[in-house]
Amino acid sequence: MSSVVGEFLQASVRTATPLALAAYGELVAERAGVINLGLEGAMIAGAFGALVGAGAGGAGAGFLVAVLAGAATAALMAMVVVWLRADAVIAGTAVTLLALGLTGTLYRALYGVQGAALSVPTIAPILVPGVSQLPLLGRVLFEQPVVTYALYVVAAGLWWWMTRTHGGLALRAVGERPVAAAAAGISPVRVRAWALVFGGAMGGLAGGVLVLAQVGTFAEGMSAGRGFIAIAIVVLGRWSPAGVAGAALLFGAASQLQYVFQSLGWPVPYQLFLALPYVLTLLVLAGTQRRNAAPAALGIALTEEAR
Amino acid sequence: MELLAGPNGAVSEHALSLRAIDKRFGSVQALAGASLTVRRGTLHAVLGENGAGKTTLMRIAFGLMRPDAGDIAIDDTRVVLTSSRDAIDRGLGMVHQHFTLVDAMTTTENIALGGHGRYALRDMAARVRSLAERTGLAVDPDTRVATLGVGAQQRVEILKALSRNARTLILDEPTAVLTPRESDELFQWLRRFVADGGTAVLVTHKLQEALTIADDVTVLRRGRGVLTARAASLDLASLVRAVTGDERAESGSALPRRAGGHENVVAHLVAASARDPRGVLRLREASMECFAGEIVGIAGIEGSGVHELLRLLAGRLAPSDGVVTLPQSIGFIPEDRLRDAIIEDFTLTENIALRGAAARRGRMAWSALAAEAAGVLHRHDVRAPSPATRAGALSGGNQQKFVVGRELDDHPALVVAENPVRGLDVRATEHVLRELMASADSGSSVALYSADIDELLPLANRMIVVFAGGVREVPVDRSAVANALVGVA
Amino acid sequence: MISRADARLGVMAATVAAIILVVSTILAAGGYNAPHALSALWDGAFGSVYAVLSATLVRATPLMFVGLAVGLAFRAGVLNIGAEGQLLAGAAAAVAVGLAVHGLPRVVALPLVLAAGSLAGAAWAGVAGWLKLRFGVLEVISTLMLNFVATYLVSWLVRGPLQEPTRVYPQTVELSATVRLPQLIDGHRVHFGFVLAVGLAVAVWWILARTAAGFRIRAIGAGPSAAQSAGGIDPSRTAIVVFLFSGALAGLGGASEATGVTFALYEGLSPGYGYSAIAVALLARLHPLGIILSALLFGALEAGAAAMQRDANVPSVLAVVVEAMLVLGVLAFNRVRSSGRQA
Repeated sequence: MSSVVGEFLQASVRTATPLALAAYGELVAERAGVINLGLEGAMIAGAFGALVGAGAGGAGAGFLVAVLAGAATAALMAMVVVWLRADAVIAGTAVTLLALGLTGTLYRALYGVQGAALSVPTIAPILVPGVSQLPLLGRVLFEQPVVTYALYVVAAGLWWWMTRTHGGLALRAVGERPVAAAAAGISPVRVRAWALVFGGAMGGLAGGVLVLAQVGTFAEGMSAGRGFIAIAIVVLGRWSPAGVAGAALLFGAASQLQYVFQSLGWPVPYQLFLALPYVLTLLVLAGTQRRNAAPAALGIALTEEAR
Repeated sequence: MELLAGPNGAVSEHALSLRAIDKRFGSVQALAGASLTVRRGTLHAVLGENGAGKTTLMRIAFGLMRPDAGDIAIDDTRVVLTSSRDAIDRGLGMVHQHFTLVDAMTTTENIALGGHGRYALRDMAARVRSLAERTGLAVDPDTRVATLGVGAQQRVEILKALSRNARTLILDEPTAVLTPRESDELFQWLRRFVADGGTAVLVTHKLQEALTIADDVTVLRRGRGVLTARAASLDLASLVRAVTGDERAESGSALPRRAGGHENVVAHLVAASARDPRGVLRLREASMECFAGEIVGIAGIEGSGVHELLRLLAGRLAPSDGVVTLPQSIGFIPEDRLRDAIIEDFTLTENIALRGAAARRGRMAWSALAAEAAGVLHRHDVRAPSPATRAGALSGGNQQKFVVGRELDDHPALVVAENPVRGLDVRATEHVLRELMASADSGSSVALYSADIDELLPLANRMIVVFAGGVREVPVDRSAVANALVGVA
Repeated sequence: MISRADARLGVMAATVAAIILVVSTILAAGGYNAPHALSALWDGAFGSVYAVLSATLVRATPLMFVGLAVGLAFRAGVLNIGAEGQLLAGAAAAVAVGLAVHGLPRVVALPLVLAAGSLAGAAWAGVAGWLKLRFGVLEVISTLMLNFVATYLVSWLVRGPLQEPTRVYPQTVELSATVRLPQLIDGHRVHFGFVLAVGLAVAVWWILARTAAGFRIRAIGAGPSAAQSAGGIDPSRTAIVVFLFSGALAGLGGASEATGVTFALYEGLSPGYGYSAIAVALLARLHPLGIILSALLFGALEAGAAAMQRDANVPSVLAVVVEAMLVLGVLAFNRVRSSGRQA
């Protein structure tokens, strides 16, 4: 029984890793007040970039190109929002469509005949000595691909940055009351633009994880909406770094739960579990309206005086 | 004391001086040769009515705006300020009328905002605590600003300025939102601040308070300084005279004084209370009536509850208490034209159709509406190529004439006008005021609010003044109104 | 100083030029025969009667429905990102009802099925609308979540209660003839849904342009504060009505696809129509009649791209690149337009 649970948890963490990485990127963007619908585009761009980079120089190069591709996608979105003064929702959708189209096209164009999957070796899990000996959680948390350990570092680093530096303070101020940030000498436009780029970089990294740590190949549209799932995770996690980790794990677990139930022989439709986190997100949104944790300026465009 | 000496340790004679400042906004000359000299170590009150130019002068002093002409000197050194950063670096601090605090953050975080590098929560909180102790401003570093009362929030704003080593504090209408006790506490603190070597500039309406606590007083009227004196040498009467002006106001148009109104009551409020959008109670148990055929002038400073009263009369705000009785047809000319009166992307015909839009049914009679729009354009001399022009393409004056036409042309029983001629040129102003008078002549009741009481006095049959949430009728007389505006009996 | 009109022309030209540049670069990079590819694209969209009637118009139909849904919502300031889920809900309801009422005569059964689809779409949107009205939940987020729930709902239906009897394939049985939309022309796939979509586009245009209700909808989108203050319109009440109609349109689109093209429910029934719809609506700058044209354009692009892939081996997803660039072009165009506003 415990091995079933243990494997389930380990698989959940593994599945949750790209979700959490993307969600942390989205967290930064949303704490600055922007809903980043371009994250999906950043992720698919990162996945394709990982393929290209890995083909040229191995997994390390793959991850690097993935991050850059994601950041570039988000930079495009930032430019559209800042210079064209477009609504973030529209800009994000356009950029996502562009990324999906470009990656699908370039994949076929550059790598030849459709159907023939080009594969790259996936990185293997690494056992961290010492901690991995802990009962149950040891192997769940510390027998993972290196990207998961990177995730731990990112999560901790982000928490530290947001609560212990002036940069994090400025970010939060822009998301709550841009006018107050402007009065303190901060440029809300700049902060939001950089937040988007960071979000894109994380999304790209998440896409790289899909290719280099999970599937081993690229497929058109393989991000499969994970960029949007990241938005749900941020909401469910109530815009806090710790909450995001928990919510990502929930989403990861939901997709793995079906196997547990199958092995136990319980005939519950697995779609229920997959849908559950989303329904939960809606309930959380509705139920916490009074003690709303969302940044006050989320989704609200900047006025002239607060640019 | 080391908090308050200048950068080279010397103590200058004049903390702040502005000389011959001019500032124009479009067609409005906000400041014309205004001057202000603040001696170091004093509390200097800057007085004047709405529109006298006090806030504009202070924003120039703080680097938020550049003057068209004139000099600024800080600590007896001539400076050119390109942004508020420059002013802050030279020891100026400003506490604005509308706070710029982040509600969701703590006091410490708000004070720390704008810094660089590492942010050590405990160190910062300790620094805030010690600063609070040193300066005598009671704050709790760890509470969220959203839970603080207005007085406490203001203390946080002051600490923000002091934490950047401000030696000269400018406070813009600080007591407008405070209770009398909070005002007292603030003034006591200001006197201590000044006694310890700081300098404070207090922009205010409240003449009595100014006399009580200030060392020096400067009075602005219509963008000019009209009086600068030691407070000790003034009495309230002379101050009121200087602020409101002895002479008959010249509003630039020779509009005849109106005869009185009829007996019919068109609208009335009985013990009506109202809250602002944030839920704060602004109007307390107000009662008043509007009679047919009259113009009732309404005056009140920011925060007095006057805007809530106007919205109640216009039927755009529901009372939180009491009874409001209104006629069926109401014409409303709101203050923020672009936000509340017209839709810029719509054509003039479509903007005409806005009036009564909620009650329209079935098909829109566009040709009839276009003809209506054309009629308005013609009757009110609105410069626009055709009714199919986008409203946003018109100049401000023409937009306003259009709005006036739309609201008044079908002779509503009640007209509520909120600062209808603000920012308009002379011709447009005359046109709008004539229309309002004609409306009253034909039997409507006109409730007219203006921030400039000289606009109201020639037109009003009665005057209503709103002060601190209460409504009072006063004689149609300049000093009576001016006194009531600031709460002087 | 460049005049505004010149600047707008410049943006349009720059967009077209950029698209040509990107497309030729990709074709060159992949070593494709560009003229061959482009002629395949053209032929696939317009080259033959078959192309037009069985490919372009068929692909344009669902895009028109959801484009209208999104366009109407955006026009009222309602950010409905959930057209995808509303379409799926409509398709599912249409198939479920269609399987149940197939014994009835077509003149009764078919309208019933379409109505079911519309109602399901409206209900799906209504959830998000109610959450916004009652709890102030941002509709961008709630509609997005509901898209996922709809996808899983369909997956469960076709693997569970509605699955075909042999329980092998994750899909329903095919709908019988009485609940299929009639073909417009024998031998071609274009079906009555196309006519319905065009008709609805005209209807929506007429409602927005000519009726009081439509005027109120446009007012809350263009100036919510003035609409309330000067017009006495209640923005939230109007918004929820629009939300429901938007969902109904998307749901009807799903029903149209199910009864006109697929004749069954299965996973992946919608290749992202709900998201393309945003592009379709934006390209037409939210004008209902324009949406007819932009849906046709997108339909042509996708039909042509499919042919291009078949005949010249060029990936069909290139069409999506063109679509996205068109949207970016529109955004630039709008910026130029609004920058000319007077103070």
